[in-house]
Amino acid sequence: MTGALKRGWYGLAGLGGLLALTEAVPRLGLVDERFLPPATRILGTLAAQLATPELWIALGETLRGWALGLALAFCAAVVTGVVIGVVPGLRALTSSTVEFLRPIPSVALVPLATLLFGPSLGSTLLLVVYASFWQVLIQVLYGVAAVDSVAADTARAYGLSVWSRVRHLVWPTALPYVMTGLRLAAAVAFILAVTAELVIGSPGLGAEIQVAQSSGAIPAVYALIVLSGLVGIGVNAAVRLLERRVLAWHPSVRSEVAA
Amino acid sequence: MRRPARLLTLLALPALLVLAWWAVSGGSFYLPSPDRVGRAFVETWFSERLVVDVLPSVGRLLAGYAMAALLGVGLGVPIGLSPRLRATLEPVLEFFRAVPPPVLVPLIMLLAGIDTFMKVLVIVSGCVWPILLNTVEGVRALDEVLSDTCRMYGVRGPSRLRRFVLRGASPQIMTGLRQALSIGIILMVISEMFASSSGLGFTIVLFQRQFQITEMWSGILLLGLIGLGLSVLFRRLERRVLSWYYGSGAARA
Repeated sequence: MTGALKRGWYGLAGLGGLLALTEAVPRLGLVDERFLPPATRILGTLAAQLATPELWIALGETLRGWALGLALAFCAAVVTGVVIGVVPGLRALTSSTVEFLRPIPSVALVPLATLLFGPSLGSTLLLVVYASFWQVLIQVLYGVAAVDSVAADTARAYGLSVWSRVRHLVWPTALPYVMTGLRLAAAVAFILAVTAELVIGSPGLGAEIQVAQSSGAIPAVYALIVLSGLVGIGVNAAVRLLERRVLAWHPSVRSEVAA
Repeated sequence: MRRPARLLTLLALPALLVLAWWAVSGGSFYLPSPDRVGRAFVETWFSERLVVDVLPSVGRLLAGYAMAALLGVGLGVPIGLSPRLRATLEPVLEFFRAVPPPVLVPLIMLLAGIDTFMKVLVIVSGCVWPILLNTVEGVRALDEVLSDTCRMYGVRGPSRLRRFVLRGASPQIMTGLRQALSIGIILMVISEMFASSSGLGFTIVLFQRQFQITEMWSGILLLGLIGLGLSVLFRRLERRVLSWYYGSGAARA
């Protein structure tokens, strides 16, 4: 416990150091204040922005695009992955297609999204869904392949139906992998949600940054970047919490709690 | 499986998908048929655009990526080796990693203008965090028995760094490099879409604005092929660097 406490103090010292550095560098004139405003001004701008409803609306838009896209991609990927894994022969048949489509960067779809949806939620969803779908699908495929062959044979020998095999054998085996996929996908989805807003102009944090940048409001640009980092940390923490909850029965999490 | 049968399973679904694309695309403005996209691909990209737009983009990506790798590993090793330094910097680094890299594009554009330097800087500033944090994590988790053994045998200095620290952390470092590669591609495209008059991202957006739909699709295809090619190259590199790791069976766990 004392070790953790000490680490906490060191961490606070690190954050404090960063703040002091960003405060001192522009104040001492090492960097022009126009390019790097002091930390107090950045945080002050952030506080002032947080008092306006516009910022909260933008934040809500971003999180809505993120959550909706992630949920869509997650459901589609889990269903696809389980079907590919359970139906014999389907894995070999689809592997070349999956391997080809997966590395295609989702920003390649930016012009298509602009054309089809314009600056709206649809564009965000297209990019978010495409990017996070593959993250989850690959993990589901790993998970389904990890099913113990003796257990699979036993289930078959006892005449379990396809549905109960999926429910009681495949799903519990794959769940840790699925959660890993969800964690990776959540981070990617947030990046792509902001990207869509930034480049296509769908409403949200990214669009706010773009507006602040083109009007030359540099403290506001910094403030929004800090905010997006905080939201990113929140997103990661939320998914990790969910992972622990869902996998509370799994040895990998149980041993962590015991230690 | 015999070779023809394997070839059939590999190609059956892609062939079906292309046929479906052909069937759906009949007369649609937004979705030109595969043969037209193919022809546009050859006409558009096997021209001077290859030299003017495509190669500089890929070059900037590789330059930024290499700089981020050097920086990430170079800073990650000392941070990972010192528990105190790690405890101090970890929250700061976690924060920087949580910032979605594309938001840095407008900022760096303000600071550094819109030249080549800015685009490389954008790629470095986005790619460095996953490499840095994974290096720190890999160096932290080095085998203590091996560390003691090194000390016993008097392996120290550069030899210890090369044979023990970097080698032992290499699986984690490669994970970081893989994450950074996909971020790098995103940033390459975005930095050019945002403010530029050349480059792959700029050209594709230009096609879209001028409603040259077939050319736009060929650009999407090219980006996909670049992503695919880089990931194939990366997997080769990973196999080579981590051959000892896969051989030991530890990778399966």
